[in-house]
Amino acid sequence: MERFDVIVVGAGPAGATAGRALAQAGLNVLVVERAATPGAKNVSGGLLYSRAVAEVYPEFWKHAPIERAIAAHQIVMLGEHTSTALDFRSAQAATPPFNAFSVLRAKLDPWLATQAEEAGASLISGVNVDALLVENGRVVGIQAGPDQIGADVVVVAEGTAGLLLKQAGLRGPHNPHDVSLGVKEVIALPPDVIEERFQCDAETGAAYTLVGSTGGVEGGGFIYTNKASLSVGVVVKIDSLYASGRHPHEILDAFKAHPLVQRLVRGGEVVEYSAQTVHRGGFHLATQLVGDGYVVAGSAARLLVNNVLTLRGMDFAITSAVEAAQAILQARFAGSYTAATLGNYVERLKATSIYQDWRTFKDAYGLMENPRLFSLYPDLAGEVLERLLTADTKPGSKALGALSEALKGKASWLTLSQDMLQIARGMVL
Amino acid sequence: MNIVALVKYSRDVTEIKVDPATSELRTAGVPERVGLIDKNVVEAAVRLKEATGAGLKVIALAPATARDSFKDVLAMGVDEVVLIEDPFDGEAEAGIVVRLLEAAIRKLDPVDVVLCGFASDDGYSFQVGPRLAERLRRPLLAYARGITPEGGGLRVEQNLDDRMQTVTAPLPALVSIDEEAFPPRRTTLMDALKAKKKPVNVWGIETELGLSRADLESSARIADTRLTGVVVRRQQRVLKGQDLGAMADELIDALEQAGVLKGAA
Ligand SMILES: Cc1cc2nc3c(=O)[nH]c(=O)nc-3n(C[C@H](O)[C@H](O)[C@H](O)COP(=O)(O)OP(=O)(O)OC[C@H]3O[C@@H](n4cnc5c(N)ncnc54)[C@H](O)[C@@H]3O)c2cc1C
Repeated sequence: MERFDVIVVGAGPAGATAGRALAQAGLNVLVVERAATPGAKNVSGGLLYSRAVAEVYPEFWKHAPIERAIAAHQIVMLGEHTSTALDFRSAQAATPPFNAFSVLRAKLDPWLATQAEEAGASLISGVNVDALLVENGRVVGIQAGPDQIGADVVVVAEGTAGLLLKQAGLRGPHNPHDVSLGVKEVIALPPDVIEERFQCDAETGAAYTLVGSTGGVEGGGFIYTNKASLSVGVVVKIDSLYASGRHPHEILDAFKAHPLVQRLVRGGEVVEYSAQTVHRGGFHLATQLVGDGYVVAGSAARLLVNNVLTLRGMDFAITSAVEAAQAILQARFAGSYTAATLGNYVERLKATSIYQDWRTFKDAYGLMENPRLFSLYPDLAGEVLERLLTADTKPGSKALGALSEALKGKASWLTLSQDMLQIARGMVL
Repeated sequence: MNIVALVKYSRDVTEIKVDPATSELRTAGVPERVGLIDKNVVEAAVRLKEATGAGLKVIALAPATARDSFKDVLAMGVDEVVLIEDPFDGEAEAGIVVRLLEAAIRKLDPVDVVLCGFASDDGYSFQVGPRLAERLRRPLLAYARGITPEGGGLRVEQNLDDRMQTVTAPLPALVSIDEEAFPPRRTTLMDALKAKKKPVNVWGIETELGLSRADLESSARIADTRLTGVVVRRQQRVLKGQDLGAMADELIDALEQAGVLKGAA
């Protein structure tokens, strides 16, 4: 049987980074990716948070295919005919070390894979890994078509679905409740139109996080500016989507038809449509990261920080891959690749800032289960402001009075205060 | 025995869009790859290699940056790729392409069998096979659906649209592969790993082929000026029948009305 020191399954951000780190340390590494070219089928909204990534790929913005530095964030609540926004702009985010970049996976992933290849990893694309080879509970290699290839350790970086782990009996099935579906379009627009519409310059761009207008299905929308296109999409809970009986693209179409969104995307040509599941990223859903002969990195290990304001999967994937690689090197030094020797990965990961952020925002998960956040409150915010800003011919009232009128028949004060407390727990306190 | 398969590095035709206003084809930014038809050419060549133990090289006209695009072809069983660095960015007329290919094949001599597609994915001019056979003074066995080595030569089944014709010819010969014949094999991980060690050699037209660009250009007789799509309108009808049987009846009626079906009961 052909052998490598390490086999990495998947060349997304996690797999490519693990491959690079291990090859740099002189190991004989094979990275296997099922897409014909890395990234061809991978979906992200497309904000790569840069600080943690720059620790692994120093000043990557000078070399990697990034689109725009995100220096403007809009957090918007979409009511049926209103929109209420918080507009944040930072000049600091437009200069090194930046905060986030918009990226397109079809460009970013091949670049990451090339970094792994240049470090000496063997990358094979267009080949699906069919199974993990397991002997006496220990992962000893992979099966791909007719070929079996052995390795001291397998890095499982297969993304959200986690089919290989499930099939090998190393992990239980997903609960549909914990998974969302993201549907996304890339809409081409000339750079000057983008810069005018989103009030940015040639290098910088804006990110919109939008709540509401997803047809009452729990989830949210995003609009990110690329160089000459927008990434526009919605991420909705799969069980709610299913219960609503609606097609994912209907939700996206309805979202795009909201007057605010419509104005931002108008005139653009849809050049790409994609859909992918994304784990909802609850801290309480953390899974086993190591076992005998294998480690799990990136979204295959459900590593995702999602606190409504930011969705961080790619940088978490990269960070986890580096820690996994370090643990593998330590285990190699010890000459044994058991769950115990590889367990150092878990300790290392727990010490990272992103893992700690994950824990910090653990209550945001419950928040995102609250249907009123997605249907009632965006309308309510709009209605209250409408009442306050409209100079009507009938007498009006102060904010609290306006809120009380807007609330009538929709929710009680008690519900409202409970929800506010939940929001506070998730994001503020 | 030595085999050469000609592979076109062409635009991904599935990615070409038509400008709705002018019907012009938008070719800018369309990704390039080894043509689909050409994968079948490679399959035919690999099967012949397996049947005869011959050596097998691929010649492709492509930009030098396309080097990495031949991994699949090498994984299928090709020994080596010769990449002729295309000075014309894929825009050369067939007459020039044929001269470049001829020069490369002569440089690789002795070459017993040259295999190519009946046409290319994107250009679809149907010219390269016949014109190259003429320049190389080889018999052309066109539209092959079956190729068998026989008595030091080849037996080829040719698809002539309304009939199949089986012909034999001595070597050296040139064979063009029929549409959809020889569907390419799936390669395995081990194939791909072996392919990593196989060479892609880049040849310059002046340095390796001894041709001059100016001379080639002056031989061009045809200039492309405009490329537009031909609009084909498809009828779309939704069958509204209650059950499958009713829908089938409706479908038959519709096909009869359109003159596609005749005499259905
Ligand atoms: C709609 C949407 C929006 C998102 N937005 C953001 C965002 O803005 N910012 C952010 O940081 N994150 C975002 N994420 C999350 C982010 O995409 C993931 O967390 C990240 O891609 C995880 O990286 P990974 O390398 O672990 O997995 P992936 O990127 O999924 O890579 C896994 C790779 O493994 C390959 N593979 C899988 N199975 C096999 C197999 N059996 N054999 C061979 N290869 C295999 C796949 O083809 C793929 O290339 C978003 C996700 C979605 C769905």
